[in-house]
Amino acid sequence: MAKEKKGVRLEHISKIYKDPKTGKDFYAVKDANIEIEPGSFVTLLGPSGCGKTTTLRMIAGFESPDEGEIYLGNEPINALTPNKRDTAMVFQSYALLPHYNIFDNVAYGLKLRKMDKETIKKKVIDILSLVGLEGMENRMTNQLSGGQQQRVALARALVIEPGVLLFDEPLSNLDAKLRVSMRTEIRRIQQEAGITAIYVTHDQSEAMAISDKVIIMNGGLVEQISTPQEAYYYPNNKFVADFIGEANFLEGVVKAQDVVEINGADVKCATGSMEKGATCSVVLRPEGAFLGDNGQVQGTVKYSCFMGAYQDYHIQVGNTQVKIQEYNPKNKKIYKVGDSVFLNFEENTLYAL
Amino acid sequence: MAKSQSASLDRKKLLGDPIMVTTIVLLIVFLTVFILYPLAILLVDSFISDEGFTLNTFKRVMDLANFRRAITNTLKVGFLVGIASALIGLLFAYVEVYVKLRTRFMEGLFKVVSMLPVVSPPFVLSLSMIMLFGKAGIITRFLLKIYDNSVYGFWGIAIVQTLTFFPVCYMMLKGLLKNIDPSLEEAARDMGASRFKVFMTVTLPLILPGLGNAFLVTFIESIADFANPMIIGGSYDTLATTIYLQITGAYDKEGAAAMAVILLVITLLMFVIQKYYLEAKSTATLSGKASRERMLITDKSVTVPLTIMCSALAIFVILMYICVPFGAMFKTWGYDFHLTFKWFGQVFTKYKGFKAFKDSFVLSLISAPITALLSMIISYLVVKRKFKAKGFIEAVSMLAMAVPGTVLGIGYIRGFSGGLFGSGILQGLYGTGAILVIVFIVRSLPTGTRSGISALRQIDKSIEESAYDMGADSFKVFMTVTLPLIKDSFLSGFVTSFVRSITAISAIILLVTPSYLLITVQINEFAEKGSYGIACAFASILILITYSSVLIMNLVIKHFGTSRRIETAD
Repeated sequence: MAKEKKGVRLEHISKIYKDPKTGKDFYAVKDANIEIEPGSFVTLLGPSGCGKTTTLRMIAGFESPDEGEIYLGNEPINALTPNKRDTAMVFQSYALLPHYNIFDNVAYGLKLRKMDKETIKKKVIDILSLVGLEGMENRMTNQLSGGQQQRVALARALVIEPGVLLFDEPLSNLDAKLRVSMRTEIRRIQQEAGITAIYVTHDQSEAMAISDKVIIMNGGLVEQISTPQEAYYYPNNKFVADFIGEANFLEGVVKAQDVVEINGADVKCATGSMEKGATCSVVLRPEGAFLGDNGQVQGTVKYSCFMGAYQDYHIQVGNTQVKIQEYNPKNKKIYKVGDSVFLNFEENTLYAL
Repeated sequence: MAKSQSASLDRKKLLGDPIMVTTIVLLIVFLTVFILYPLAILLVDSFISDEGFTLNTFKRVMDLANFRRAITNTLKVGFLVGIASALIGLLFAYVEVYVKLRTRFMEGLFKVVSMLPVVSPPFVLSLSMIMLFGKAGIITRFLLKIYDNSVYGFWGIAIVQTLTFFPVCYMMLKGLLKNIDPSLEEAARDMGASRFKVFMTVTLPLILPGLGNAFLVTFIESIADFANPMIIGGSYDTLATTIYLQITGAYDKEGAAAMAVILLVITLLMFVIQKYYLEAKSTATLSGKASRERMLITDKSVTVPLTIMCSALAIFVILMYICVPFGAMFKTWGYDFHLTFKWFGQVFTKYKGFKAFKDSFVLSLISAPITALLSMIISYLVVKRKFKAKGFIEAVSMLAMAVPGTVLGIGYIRGFSGGLFGSGILQGLYGTGAILVIVFIVRSLPTGTRSGISALRQIDKSIEESAYDMGADSFKVFMTVTLPLIKDSFLSGFVTSFVRSITAISAIILLVTPSYLLITVQINEFAEKGSYGIACAFASILILITYSSVLIMNLVIKHFGTSRRIETAD
């Protein structure tokens, strides 16, 4: 549907703000280098204040970068105002025009493009059926539920066939169930329209469910750009490991290529290019180990709790406590607080940082 | 870290928007020429003589005993009026928010009181004060048989100003009291405090900054007031009237300029304290919305005395207004109480009433839409856009609020009678209707801007951003999104500005030429001469006009306003 898929490139983008309390300048975004493929769905992911929304607003044109250049396709767009950029944004608060009905809201951008009435009408009807709101043209915005308003906002952005679609935490005002169904919907519509999409969220499961690639940000810095799988299995650093899913960090020493000593035991673990003898943190996901009366690394049970789907354990290993989740506890031995246990690691689950 | 790139990009984006740039430039020119320049020229006038910089003009006016007296007089009146208005305002606000008296009658009284400052021409209360309590006053002479009562002077001004300004305090404090979370007071009650103790230890401390704010606002209004001291002041001169007499009586332009500078310094000082210290403080302590309905006081020992006090005051004020049309219908006030339409007739036959109403009406009607639009544009720029000159635009349009009309009038005389800087440029403006329209605009701009700003702050900024993002330029966004969303504020700005203009006098009286007859100037003239019948006839018609325009506005907003529909949305 989109006339042309466009990629987005950020080269050495920085944004400086003044802290209102201290009056000091700080980097809201620092030296971000991001390349977004045409037609892909990319998520800017990070905790609040990490610079993800600022980055998105710089792409939309509401903020101007202090360093670097932004390209839309091959065109540098730094000096373009938002109305001249080939982007369309779906806002967190939906930002529907409250004095217009649904039809006029969706038609707003088309009217600005001076299309004739018939074309506008056809396009609006088509797009409303794509987002599942056929027949609602004459409602006022306040007669719609939050989810429906979100669909109108999406339709309004889609209908002008932008080169890039921007989403600023579009689902954060919806309830949990609706969030899940809407994100699937957004992904479906994006695929159908074949449009480039940049999506801001702080919800890592939302990001994983929806994206081709995630860009994980923290404190203004881009920490990792990769597929969700890579970010989960091969995080660049502790922050990413901790932010994407749950992570335990075990202290270890590199013994050889792909061998790490943890609490006196040598285990297989991806070490990358780490030197022999180097200390490292080994990332262990809660589902990455199972417990046994004997095995690789020894520990003591500090906490044990039945959660239904899994048994939740805290195990003291050396100086650290690790969280382990054993699924299907019904068929497994349940350990009590104080028990001595061994951790056994699944193949290819450990990753040293 | 250099923020230079974003600054230059923002500039580039702005320059890519010619309508926006033109608007900003025109606004800056307008504000500079018609607000800053006339005030600057007063400084030049009073500090610079033929021999260069001098303080002699100030020394000369300070040596005038009547000017020194005027300063103390003004401050004394301002202080008393400020305190009295704040306290009466508090009484009304407290009764409305805290006390259970939901009778139709009381609701009506409170509504009328809250509307008075909007519709009332400035000197109406002075007129009726004289007619009720003066030498020939109905109450003093006929009811109490006092034949030599004088209402002129300190007490006359103070009472009239208090009654004129307390409704403003009432409205301000009502807003603050409504924002107090009732559970704070309930907690205190629960721990054993009496109702009086709660008021003294919880409620009062919470609204103390707001009370100070109300005091200062009234104080500024009082010392800037020209009309009331003019009519009821007698020989008790205040700064505004002294300045007026200095220029119209003594033809001492430099002296008047120096006096105006002194008055301006006092009001500016108060304004800065009020605006940047108290206003911020009073809203900071009470920013939260009340979590739920307040349990109203039903205790008779509290409600009865408070109700009686409020109703008595309100009825008294309303009586004073009613007195005006009667003043226009009695043959000779104080002597002959036969009803007659003689005065109304004379207004139109003998005293060119038609022309006066036409001139006032037309000039106000021209200035009202301009003011309303201008204040909406300023508020849009201030709230929604960022650019370098924004601070300037905001500061200057708010500054106009602190400039007394008399000071502005003198500034215009000095600044435009010989053209800009005496060069002859724009000289053609002086003495025309255009300069009167400009004065009307400048005088009403701050109120309009204020209401526009608060209306716009309610609107999520992403609504405009979304339109901008869809491809609309600033002009389009303003016309299709911003303006429709603040239609109510625009309409009320329109009417407020119309009413303020048609009832204005302080600056206008210095600038009006014989080719224009303005109602307020006529009323002032006849009141000064003691022709109360004619003055009252003029004033009654004026009140009728202002009151009906407010009524029409409310109807229009009810039918065409969008804001209500939007508010119910979320």
